[in-house]
Amino acid sequence: MRIPPRFSQGIVVSILGLATLVTLSILIFIIGFILEKGLPVVGLGFLFTLPQDMGRAGGIFPTVVASILLPLIAVCIAVPLGVGTAVYLTEYTRESAVTRIIRFGADCLAGIPSIIFGLFGFIFFVTILRMGWSLLSGGLTLALMILPTLIRTTEEAIKAVPNAYREVSYSLGATRLRTVWRVVLPNALPGIVTGVMLGVGRSVGETAAVIFTAGSSLRLPSSIFDSARTMSVHFYILAREGISTENAYGTAAVLILSVLAINAVAYGLMNRFIRRRS
Amino acid sequence: MPKFTVQKLNTFYGKNQALKSVTLDVEANQILGIIGPAGSGKTSFLRTLNRLNDLLPDFRMEGRILLDGEDIYHPKMEPVMLRRRVGMVFALPVPLPMSIYDNIVYGPRLTGVRQTSRLDEIVEKSLQSAFLWDEVKDRLNSSGLRLSGGQQQRLCLARVLALDPEVILLDEPCSGLDPISTAKIEEALTVLKSAFTVILVTNNTMQASRVADRTAFFLMGELVEYGWTDKLFTHPDDDRTNSYITGRFG
Repeated sequence: MRIPPRFSQGIVVSILGLATLVTLSILIFIIGFILEKGLPVVGLGFLFTLPQDMGRAGGIFPTVVASILLPLIAVCIAVPLGVGTAVYLTEYTRESAVTRIIRFGADCLAGIPSIIFGLFGFIFFVTILRMGWSLLSGGLTLALMILPTLIRTTEEAIKAVPNAYREVSYSLGATRLRTVWRVVLPNALPGIVTGVMLGVGRSVGETAAVIFTAGSSLRLPSSIFDSARTMSVHFYILAREGISTENAYGTAAVLILSVLAINAVAYGLMNRFIRRRS
Repeated sequence: MPKFTVQKLNTFYGKNQALKSVTLDVEANQILGIIGPAGSGKTSFLRTLNRLNDLLPDFRMEGRILLDGEDIYHPKMEPVMLRRRVGMVFALPVPLPMSIYDNIVYGPRLTGVRQTSRLDEIVEKSLQSAFLWDEVKDRLNSSGLRLSGGQQQRLCLARVLALDPEVILLDEPCSGLDPISTAKIEEALTVLKSAFTVILVTNNTMQASRVADRTAFFLMGELVEYGWTDKLFTHPDDDRTNSYITGRFG
């Protein structure tokens, strides 16, 4: 016996709808749970005062600073390298065994657990290059970590730029560099920014790679050569050592809200950019 | 002296030969119409004249092409400089995703024109020559993508004119346009030929007979017939030309 189409359609729609509902509710539950537990301690005082007694009391100001600086350093290092690599692979080389190997390597790197990057950063930047536990070591390590994803997203964004734009640019007497700079990159920008934002999100939330390289000093860093503790590391230590559950949740709430805010701002900027061009 | 001299041109894309021993001269200040069915090598021919085929990895050519007596495939010839002299309008209008103004000054800026008054002048002059000025003069800063298809194609023509080229290549510029837009482009071309050499590839045989001074008929990579448009359309020497222009195939 055949199920009537209207009926089978209804079943499919309800199954898909249910899947969406479950996913969304879990997400909302997690965010709601952390905000509910954390928000009561969050306030201007919490954000802008120094921690006391290992974080049992006081605020989380140094960790906020570290959480801004570290991704910033990582992005400043990773964006030129990553975008440069992607432009080279897509616009300046022809598909060959070498480009395929580079791409395969990038894909492999993207799948490596962050703690391995942390270990590498510890051995290479902290020990061999004698940078010590510092924002710089951490930033460099995070840069390496987000680089593969950045290269691949940028590459895809560049490939999605219609070839007709390139032909027009060349036919108007533009050089390759000009074409890349004036036509390819502006049109790939939304995709590139998405890649950068993914990287920022990953670095803000990263713990394992950071604790090995930037250390966990609770003092306010005064230069990029100082050790510093990010919000995620602070949260980990507060919770792991049982120092203060309330402040751990407070830190987590700030972390979640800042990631949401970063995404919202990036999204808004992107929309404005796209509207301006079309 | 002819503007372009093409001698025994063979072109290949990988293993496929697109053009077979094409030899022809393109006279200055005339419109050369190139007709022929799809796949006859018209576009391939056009893209060889501004070396746009160079961008394709598996493109290869034999023979010689001279522009004012100069070999354009000579190692010392810069494709970038060549393309400023030989402008091109594509089959589909492709405004770059920027303002009308920026689309037009894209080329001139590349040659180092920076002065705003000079750029403004170029924009007005090119748009006027492309019969578009009156329609867009109040919104030069809005995106080129917001124009209609016919306006976009005239914008592309204006963009090429802004380069102040010697030759303008047009690859089926009216294939996606309505009759009125087509008429405007044709009108622009007949005015422009006094200052430029125009090579017009078209799928529309009637268009060639309307605007071209000379017409070349390509078939399967071969140049079958080439001569004055009147002659070619009234007394073609080759039977295949006759069949094509009377609509028996193609």
